[in-house]
Amino acid sequence: MHIEMTNISKLFGTNQVLFDANFELQDGEIHALMGENGAGKSTLMKILTGVHQKNSGKILIDGKEVTYKHPIEAEKNGIVFVYQELSSALDMSVEENLFLGREITKKFSVVDKKAMCATTNEVLNRLGLEINPNETLGNLSIGQQQLVEIAKALLVNTKVIILDEPTSALTDKEVDKLFSVVRLLKSQGVSFIYISHRMEEIFELCDRVSVLRDGRYIGTKKISDTNKDDLIKMMIGRDLGNMFQKEIIPIGKPVLEVKNLTKHGLFKNISFTVHSGEVLGFAGLMGAGRTEIMKTVFGSFKADNGEIILDGKRINTKHYCPGDAKNAGIGYIPEDRKEEGLMIEKSIKGNIGITNYDLITSNGFIIDKNKENDLSKKAIKELSIKCTGINHLADNLSGGNQQKVVFAKWLYTNPKVLILDEPTRGVDVGAKQEIYSLITKLVKNGAAVIMVSSDLPEVLGMSDRIMVIHEGTIGGVINKDVATQKNIMTLATGGTINE
Amino acid sequence: MNKLKNKSNVIQEYGSQIALVFLLLLLSIISPEFRTIQNILSLLRQSSVNGLIAFGMTVVILTGGIDLSVGSSLALTALLGAGMLKGGVPAPLAILIVLIAGIVLGFLNGVMVVNGKIQPFIATLVSMTAFRGIAMIFSDGRPISRLGDSKLLLFLGQGQFLGIPVPIWIMIILFLIFRFFLQNTVIGRDTYATGSNYKAAALAGISIAKVKYLVYAVSGFTAAFAGLILVSRLGSAQPTLGSGYELDAIAAVAVGGTSMNGGRGKILGTLTGVIIIASLNNGMNIIGISSYYQQVVKAIVILLAVLSDSNR
Ligand SMILES: Nc1ncnc2c1ncn2[C@@H]1O[C@H](COP(=O)(O)OP(=O)(O)OP(=O)(O)O)[C@@H](O)[C@H]1O
Ligand SMILES: [Mg+2]
Repeated sequence: MHIEMTNISKLFGTNQVLFDANFELQDGEIHALMGENGAGKSTLMKILTGVHQKNSGKILIDGKEVTYKHPIEAEKNGIVFVYQELSSALDMSVEENLFLGREITKKFSVVDKKAMCATTNEVLNRLGLEINPNETLGNLSIGQQQLVEIAKALLVNTKVIILDEPTSALTDKEVDKLFSVVRLLKSQGVSFIYISHRMEEIFELCDRVSVLRDGRYIGTKKISDTNKDDLIKMMIGRDLGNMFQKEIIPIGKPVLEVKNLTKHGLFKNISFTVHSGEVLGFAGLMGAGRTEIMKTVFGSFKADNGEIILDGKRINTKHYCPGDAKNAGIGYIPEDRKEEGLMIEKSIKGNIGITNYDLITSNGFIIDKNKENDLSKKAIKELSIKCTGINHLADNLSGGNQQKVVFAKWLYTNPKVLILDEPTRGVDVGAKQEIYSLITKLVKNGAAVIMVSSDLPEVLGMSDRIMVIHEGTIGGVINKDVATQKNIMTLATGGTINE
Repeated sequence: MNKLKNKSNVIQEYGSQIALVFLLLLLSIISPEFRTIQNILSLLRQSSVNGLIAFGMTVVILTGGIDLSVGSSLALTALLGAGMLKGGVPAPLAILIVLIAGIVLGFLNGVMVVNGKIQPFIATLVSMTAFRGIAMIFSDGRPISRLGDSKLLLFLGQGQFLGIPVPIWIMIILFLIFRFFLQNTVIGRDTYATGSNYKAAALAGISIAKVKYLVYAVSGFTAAFAGLILVSRLGSAQPTLGSGYELDAIAAVAVGGTSMNGGRGKILGTLTGVIIIASLNNGMNIIGISSYYQQVVKAIVILLAVLSDSNR
């Protein structure tokens, strides 16, 4: 299938997000679509599949002009969109999800369970997936859910699959699996449009790459004709410079001490100390228990055992809750921004407000609208959040800009300890750099930062020390000067390093 | 372009108010009787009971919950009050106890929802049934009347101030208080946040449990208050009092544009919804539409209101 989009423009209300953008997909290729957060990648693809309607421009498919009014129409014509935010029925089984809306039926609309199970098995086999069709979707890992979503695409006669940041929540193994599935399908003649902020993936998987910047088409290149710096320059319009804005800051006194923290079945005997001015990295495989440890430190989970000591004072963990943690000076930025970080239907202002009552009220109770507006304006400016203003709904922000809003919620609370859980997931290179410099600014002002991350270059670039978690226990601690990707991975998979 | 957008925003934002204005105009044109001040005042007075209950219902719904027990709480607390008055308890004290009882009953709902982790629909269905049953047992199924001639009690339901019936004043004052709390205070933000995304709210340090206790207690309070107005007007209390009122209140909240999923809605919308429903009842009675048809018309209005609200 050959797709050609030319001079596509799109306005949301008065906010123009695409300006004469172009995109061309050839038969059987894997085509990367790159650009900063809010550049318009998802929007362009949503226009292709009929989720949004373009204001002007032309879409040619195999030479014929088309305009899909609804994603179902695109799907019927062989174009399937696997969304950035998965949209499946988590309480239903794999098979039920696959056939949602296109059930095979017998007489009188009775569903033909047998036939559907058989087809499900067949499709899963074809992709080399060992997933039970009767398993509840919610019980699968995010990676497996993603693959089920792709399997869905195989039920219809699919020619093009659009993957929008498919790997942002996957483990390395799952990414490998995904890639092998993508390559398999490619060999069967399916082409892909692949949106991602991860450079390595683009170079590993894709044939060509197109870049958007601020809603404008910048160019298309063969992967073999370009390199990382070249792409970054196309994306942000300048050289990136130093990615990790890390500075040498004298390490101060201990701020948070955790001793023998245990929660049965999740993690045990976790002990660590973070000092003011320090960034303590937490590496490990996905599912190693890092998020659970941090949520326990923040009072969202209850510890079975162990102590949490803040500024030399022991926290009574019996009735400890996030409110207490916050009052004591701990902040927590969760990994899943849509589920846990944002009120999606509320504005930027509304989202930033709820952690900053101290700043937006005059007496801790009555909201001062001016202060509230000012705070959000400041956040938008300092974090360069791409939006139409403080009343922009979180739902209508691009993924990376949503992440910045979550960051802003805590940035101004002046935390003594800020826990970041995957702070740059789905964030573009430029914004990553901004977030790193914010982290540096925080520690410079004496805060202690705990950074949980699966992005090894980020852990290496930002941390002063790195705790490696392996299956709920501490696999080891590595100092910045001796840390390498290799020894982190060794510890993360349960090995030991000989000094 | 900008202006256009603003215009559609205004219609969006004040849809139910615009609908109310049209409805009032329409009824006034059709019926000269409807448009008298006297009638409008009595219409508003009649709406106050539903209004109070609907205010409480609004805050519960904003957190993503629902309170089906309001009618039963109203009956139980009203009987309690009537019993006390008949037994010679001074009216101010009896009224105070009734209001506190309402808070306690509402709080029980909160305990079921928070500590029992029972879904609000089920929890308040249980208490709706239980409170009604207790009211029946307590009164032996009979009304309690001849409550003495306390001035204060009479004033609540039948008094006037500056020519306007006291129940209307109560409704206005409570409306202003609710509006202030929802729009301008931390508690209001916490209420919206809880309904909007309780996980994010909890991780922002908000105590979801406290918010829920509070909203159910408030709902119990407004139900009990509404009961006082009813008792004052009727001069008696009976165990079947207020049955079905939960549905009227929910309808008013829905017509007012509050999302049943929580997180979005306004108390002004609820007040508007209350008056829309009251005007329909009143207007159709005056015009002489049979009560069978009235139900259908009401249903259509509720349906239209909810359909036209894109915030659903
Ligand atoms: N439904 C909408 N209403 C209003 N504005 C929107 C809507 N959807 C997207 N936008 C705006 O359009 C712009 C482009 O968003 P889009 O989601 O396409 O970006 P993206 O390139 O996919 O970014 P990311 O990498 O962060 O996912 C953003 O500024 C966003 O705020
Ligand atoms: Mg996107």
